[in-house]
Amino acid sequence: MTAALRFDPIRLPEKCEQLRKEVRAFLAEEIAAGTFDPNKPNREDTDAPEFSRRVGAKGWLGMTWPKKYGGQERSFLERYVVTEEMRVANAPTRRFFVADRQSGPVLLKYAPEHIKMEILPRICRGEICFAIGMSEPNSGSDLFAAKTRATKTDGGYLINGTKIWTSSAHIADYMIAIFRTSPPTKENRRHGLTQFLVKMKQPGIKVNPIGQITGQYEFNEVVFTDHFIPDDHVLGEVDGAWKQATSELAYERSGPERFLETYYVLTELVRAVGPNPDTRSAEGIGRLVAQLHTMRRMSVSVAGMLQAGKEPVVEASIVKDIGTVWEQQLPHRVRDLAAFVEETATNRETLERQLDFAIKTAPKLTIQGGTTEVLRGIIARGLGLR
Amino acid sequence: MAESDNIVVETAEKIFADLADPQTINNDKNNSWQAPLWQALSEAGLPLAWVPDDLGGSGASLADGFALLNAAGRFAVAVPLAETMLAGWLLAQAGIAAPEGEMTIVPASPKDRITLDADGALSGRARGVPFAKAAKHFAVLAHGKDGAVIALVDASKGRIESGLNVGYDHSDTVTLDKVQPITIKPAPEGFEQTNLMLMGGVARSLQIAGALEAMLDISVRYSNERVAFEKKISKFQAVQHNLARLAGESAAALAAATSAADAIANAKSFNDEVYLEAASAKIRCAEAAEKGGSIAHQVHGAIGFTMEHILHRYSLRALAWRDDFGSESHWAVELGKLVATRGADELWPLVASR
Repeated sequence: MTAALRFDPIRLPEKCEQLRKEVRAFLAEEIAAGTFDPNKPNREDTDAPEFSRRVGAKGWLGMTWPKKYGGQERSFLERYVVTEEMRVANAPTRRFFVADRQSGPVLLKYAPEHIKMEILPRICRGEICFAIGMSEPNSGSDLFAAKTRATKTDGGYLINGTKIWTSSAHIADYMIAIFRTSPPTKENRRHGLTQFLVKMKQPGIKVNPIGQITGQYEFNEVVFTDHFIPDDHVLGEVDGAWKQATSELAYERSGPERFLETYYVLTELVRAVGPNPDTRSAEGIGRLVAQLHTMRRMSVSVAGMLQAGKEPVVEASIVKDIGTVWEQQLPHRVRDLAAFVEETATNRETLERQLDFAIKTAPKLTIQGGTTEVLRGIIARGLGLR
Repeated sequence: MAESDNIVVETAEKIFADLADPQTINNDKNNSWQAPLWQALSEAGLPLAWVPDDLGGSGASLADGFALLNAAGRFAVAVPLAETMLAGWLLAQAGIAAPEGEMTIVPASPKDRITLDADGALSGRARGVPFAKAAKHFAVLAHGKDGAVIALVDASKGRIESGLNVGYDHSDTVTLDKVQPITIKPAPEGFEQTNLMLMGGVARSLQIAGALEAMLDISVRYSNERVAFEKKISKFQAVQHNLARLAGESAAALAAATSAADAIANAKSFNDEVYLEAASAKIRCAEAAEKGGSIAHQVHGAIGFTMEHILHRYSLRALAWRDDFGSESHWAVELGKLVATRGADELWPLVASR
C-alpha cells in the first residue's frame, strides 16, 4: 500500500530555470512600475486586468494547452515554476488563476469544439475571469447535497437556486458550476449532477457580496432565477458530473498555492531577525524552512506525476493536507518568533502589518479546495480503510 | 528509488526477509539472528556498498546505497550496516581500503572533535557512537594543524563506555587517547566534519523514512483486524484520520529523505543546496518520527506498547536515529543561521534551487 505513496525526487529541467529567471525579471519590472506591492498581501487584487493581459502576452496562461486554443504546449513543470514565482512575489493573480488552473482544463476536456475555440484563447490572453460554482447553502463540502436545479426546457436548461462562497463571482465573466439535473438514485447518491458553463452578467443571475474576516471582499452568494443556459453549455455527461468535479479538484490540491499563501511572513521574519540571529530565532527559522522545503519537494513531485499523465489523487490530498495546515500555522509560529525582534528592525512595521493580515487569513486555508476532514477521508480510502 | 527496479535493494530485501524478519527477531532473546544476518549481508557485499572495487568494496552508486538504507529502515535492521557503509564511504574519500567486518564512524556528533597530534596519534572523545562496541574498526575524521585527516583505527585501541540508545541499540562513548591509526591520509580538499554529519544525517533520514513506511503498513493492517465496539477500528473516522496523518508524515519523511539522497548523489560538492536538502531531511524526518510514531502507537492501543509486539522495533529506533549525526534542533539552528546569513531575499531562491 505504501507503494502508492512514493514521491520521487523530480528535478526541474534546465528550461524551467531559464523560465524562472524570465518570470522574476518580469515581476521585478511590474513591482518597479507600481503594479503591486509585494509587501502588501492585503491589497485589493481582484481588479488587476492590465496585469492579467501582460501575463497572458508573456505566454504564461494556458501554458500546457494545445496551441490551436492559444496555449503554449509547455510542461506542467514549467507552469509550476510560473505559479510559484507569482505566488512568492504576492502578484495579483486572482483574476486569471482559477481559469488557468481549473476552468480551462475542464473546458478542454468537456466543452464542444466551438466553445473551446471561443473561450480558451481569451483565457490565454488574460482577458477573462472564471468562478467555480460548487458549494451551496447547507451543502459546502458535501457536494452531492447540492440542490440548485437545472430544468430541461426548449434548447437548454432553466436554473433556479443559490451558490455560495463563490470567489470572484462579482468580477467573473464565466462560472463553471454543477447543478442538479435529476434526483440521486437509491443505488448512487452521486447521480444526478451535471456540470455547466455559465455566462455571468446575464438575466437571472444576481451576485451578492459576502464580506470576509480579513476585511477583504472576495466571496459571493450567486442567486439564479430562471436563468437560461443553452444545451451546448453542458460540460460532459448529463447526471454524471461527480467524477468530473472530483478530478477537477485534483488540480486544485497540490500546487504551490497550497502552502505559500502566507509565505511572505517568513521572508519578513528573516529580514527582521537579520544576519546574526539568536539561537531561538535560528532554530525556529531552520525548522520552518525544512518543513517548507519538504512540502515543496512533495509538490514538485506531484507536478511530475501530472506531467507523466498520472492521476495522483491521494498524493495531491496529502500535499494539500500537510501544506494548508502548515501555511495556517506559519503566521502563528512567526508571531512567536517575532516576539523578541528588535524594535529597531527596519521592516518591523511591514512584518506587523503582514502578521495581522496573515493571522486573519489563516482560518480559511484548511477549508478552501476541500476541507482537511474531506482530504483525510480521501487519504484513508487510498490506504484501503474505506 | 522504487524497490523493484534496483538489484542492490532486491538482494538486500531478500536477505532481510529471510534473516531479519522483525517478528522472528523480536522473539529471539539471545540475538542468535545477528551473526547469520551479518554474514549474508557481507557475502552480498552490502556493508561495503559505497567502497570502490579497487579499495575492497562492491562499488555501488551513492543512489543505490541510499535506497538500500531505506530498505534497511523498513526492516528496522539492528546490525551496523549503515555505520559500516558510512565508514567505508569516509575511508574511500581519502583512498583508504576498507577492511572486512563491522565498522563505525567516529565522531558521530557535530560537536565532538578528534584531534591529530604532532606525533601522528589521535585523541579525543566521541559520544553516541552507534555500534562502537560491535565494531572491529573505526573510520575516524580528525583535525590536525594541516587540516582534516581520515584514519582507519583498530577498535580495540579505543576505550569504549557502553551505552544504549532509546531503541536498545548500542550507542557508546569512544575515547581515543594517543591512538596510532592503522592508516591515515589527508581528507580531500574542502572535506569537513559538516560533510560527514550531513551524509550520516541523510543515511539516518532514509532509515527513519523506511521505519515510518513499515509503521504505516502494520498500523493499517492492525486497524483492519482489531474489532472494538463491534466494528473494525479502521471503520472509525477518528482512526482513519489518524492513519491519514501517519501516511502524511511517512510520505513527508520519504520525500525529504529521497530528495536529499538524490541531491547528494548528483552533487559535485556539499554546496548550500545540498546543505538545505540534507539538513531539511534530518529535521523533517525527526519530526515525522515523533508525530508518526505516536500515531502508530495510538492505533495499536496497549498491545503496541509491549515488548512482544514488533511496533517498538520501528518506533523506538526511529526516535533514536533522530540523535545521530546531529539532532533536528542542531540542524535547525545551523540551517536557520545559513538562511539568515544569506538574507531574506535569498531564501526563496535557495528553496527553489531545484
